[in-house]
Amino acid sequence: MSITMKRRNAFKAAGAVLLGFHIPTADAQAQAVPEVNAWVVIHPDDRVVMRMARSEMGQGTRTGLAQMLAEELHCDWARITTEYVTPGQSLARNRAWGNFLTAGSQGIRQSQDIVRRGGAAARVMLVQAAATQWGVDAAQCTARNSVITHTPSGRTLRYGQVAEAASRLTPPANITLKEPREWTVIGQSVPRLDTAAKTNGSLVFGSDLKMPGMLVAVPKRCPVFGGRVASFDAAAVRGMPGVRHVLQVGESAVAVVADTFWQAKTALDALPVRWDGGENARVQQATIEAQLNEGLTATEAFVGNSNGDARAAIAGAARRIEATYSYPFQNHAPMEPMNATVVWTAARCDVWCPTQNGEAALVTTAQAAGLPQNQCDVHRVDLGGGFGRRTTHDWLADAVLIARQIPGVPIKTMWTREEDMVQGRYHPITKARMTAGLDAQGEITGLHMRISGQSILSFVFPTALQNGRDPVQFQGLNAGGTEGAIGYSFPNLLIDHAMRNTHVPPHFWRGVNHNQNAIYLECFLDEIAHATNQDPLALRRKLMANHPRHLAVLNAVADRIGWTTPPPAGRHRGIAQQMGFGSYVAAATEVSVDASGRLKVHRIVAATDCGVAVNPRQIEMQVEGSFSYGLSALLYGACTVKDGAIEQTNFDSYNVLRIDEMPQVETIVMPSGGFWGGVGEPTIMVAAPAVLNAIFAATGKRIRDVPLQGQDLRR
Amino acid sequence: MARLNVNGRVVEVNASADTPLLWALRDHVGLTGTKYGCGVAACGACTVHVDGVAMRACAMPISAITPEQRIVTIEGLSPDGNHPVQRAWRALDVPQCGYCQSGMIMAAAALLAEKPRPTDAEIDEAMSNICRCGTYNRVRAGIHQAARGTAG
Repeated sequence: MSITMKRRNAFKAAGAVLLGFHIPTADAQAQAVPEVNAWVVIHPDDRVVMRMARSEMGQGTRTGLAQMLAEELHCDWARITTEYVTPGQSLARNRAWGNFLTAGSQGIRQSQDIVRRGGAAARVMLVQAAATQWGVDAAQCTARNSVITHTPSGRTLRYGQVAEAASRLTPPANITLKEPREWTVIGQSVPRLDTAAKTNGSLVFGSDLKMPGMLVAVPKRCPVFGGRVASFDAAAVRGMPGVRHVLQVGESAVAVVADTFWQAKTALDALPVRWDGGENARVQQATIEAQLNEGLTATEAFVGNSNGDARAAIAGAARRIEATYSYPFQNHAPMEPMNATVVWTAARCDVWCPTQNGEAALVTTAQAAGLPQNQCDVHRVDLGGGFGRRTTHDWLADAVLIARQIPGVPIKTMWTREEDMVQGRYHPITKARMTAGLDAQGEITGLHMRISGQSILSFVFPTALQNGRDPVQFQGLNAGGTEGAIGYSFPNLLIDHAMRNTHVPPHFWRGVNHNQNAIYLECFLDEIAHATNQDPLALRRKLMANHPRHLAVLNAVADRIGWTTPPPAGRHRGIAQQMGFGSYVAAATEVSVDASGRLKVHRIVAATDCGVAVNPRQIEMQVEGSFSYGLSALLYGACTVKDGAIEQTNFDSYNVLRIDEMPQVETIVMPSGGFWGGVGEPTIMVAAPAVLNAIFAATGKRIRDVPLQGQDLRR
Repeated sequence: MARLNVNGRVVEVNASADTPLLWALRDHVGLTGTKYGCGVAACGACTVHVDGVAMRACAMPISAITPEQRIVTIEGLSPDGNHPVQRAWRALDVPQCGYCQSGMIMAAAALLAEKPRPTDAEIDEAMSNICRCGTYNRVRAGIHQAARGTAG
């Protein structure tokens, strides 16, 4: 055993003994009890441990994955627990656990096959181990609730009794998964596996980690993106209570390392720093707005979807309708600010952190640590919210760069809320010019949707651009596909994107580009309906004949809210639909706007067709959460730029929805079967357009800019 | 050095007088169930009880607290995790990520101690905590369920 490993294990042992805390990792588990296979460890007392590659951030993936494993494993649901595998283990085993990315609403749908197969393979091995022990044919044995029965003799063995023998067997070559009609666990609203620890303070989040000798680092980056540290006066704060180190971090940040968070933050606040924002320090919100406005009419644009000749149809139309919409920068603002705990030595770097992508976190760690990946690892903890922010690891790179300057000492780097707000990776800013041509009867002859604004891929994965075009820009507007197919057929259609990037870093943000695309299209269709004296639902239905799944969820919400009957006095309705992340969703809302312009969203009816519904109660929770997050974005969400930096610094200037504004939500889960759709994001797509359309019905005012805050809603 | 009465135990805290109660609890007393969300008393993730009243610990320096004042954190709300609010939370699967829930539960428990059968309007007034996952409707249902005493 190397010195490094001794040190590392000493941390674990000391952590367990001295602080009553350690992070269970698959390697520690494997030493104690041999695995049946990569996914399943069964203890002698029948406890089943499911290893997971995806991360739990509140979306319920842990419970859903366990349901799928248990469905095929035939284990006792009451005895199932979970643990995270590390990306280092996965790397060493040829990615035995597949993709770690927990984003794009794919935790369930992109894991279902590999997890169910893992459970089925383990069951076959357990049954074979029992049959071998009895000297009988495995075909004569069945497994149920972690008990194997030899049917002819009635003999039984528990999983825990044969798990070790099963672990020595060769995995089965062929696996037959159950048919959906045979499922007894998938489709059930079983309680979450992780609720209890979230009600008594015992769940350890990244920011709660404690290790012997640990110090706390609080960093601050140049507020202007792309800027750098010009100078800082470490001596001015070095003598402050608890301060151990005052560091520069890369080119763009400084950090104070102290015994406690408060000591580090206090000294950081007092630290004199001069920043060099460079050219970007001249960028103002108006600069960006002008850039986007120019794109609205620019000649060059990337085409996302087209049929026929929309420009000609509009030019020759009897009537033309135009409108310009906009969607701002927004911060993810998960409740737990960014953090990571790092131990760096010249030979090894270990990280403990909440991340939505363990594998990407390992790549970042290795790069920042200056070590090969196989000398690093990432030990995950549950996330205090993610929403996309924790799929990228700028904060982790800085945490490793800090720890690298203090070898052998555990360093917990914690961002303040203020740092989290001004160093975000933001919802992209875009605008759209919508133009429709109508014939003399008011029927749409052509539609042109020109998007102007930021591309996420050009910042995050420039190699994924297709000849410069960002395909993700057109989510929900594509001619087909699983990730966002448009639900309407137009005789002539052109959807194109004038890419106008800014120095503000954009990123995937719950719902991603669907959020603005759905507003642009669903609200503009509403405008056309009102301009042509058509019912907004009836207009949509006319355009949706070739899109039955889109139409089915739309019809479901219309029926439930009673679209054809008048709403209660003072209330007004709006409707919207969209397809994305593999699922079809729609929403119908009832709102009122009082004489002072105060909006109240009374009721939302939502429908989701996610193909297979693994846990309907979890889906309901994700639908409710999507409205909460989406309405926060609509009501308050805007980050603005001044002198190159984000102006909003905390929840007092970046407000979010609270309980008093949360509408009643009625969720219709209507899985039509045959496909696996996502759940965590889709509903957010329809939250804002359904409310905006209802606001128009209530006030006659067409709101085309997000957020509502600061806009006059009075009639 | 400050003396604090935390969950029925008097503890000595060797921290500067301006240290917020939140950080005294987390970094000195070792109770990390109380969370940091904003540091400006806006989000409520740090909610604890001080003499039975819900307070935001991130904006309350320890110098403002006397050794006689009884501080209760999520870890001390009940001996076994079976406060009616905790039971209702489990029955309804209220939490999602869970980060804000200590504060939510402490705010809800303080509300119920003052108003055993709160109306929706009283819940709106008392529960200004931020949850980004969107558990609000289940928080409301959980409070009503705890009030009815039908939890668990």
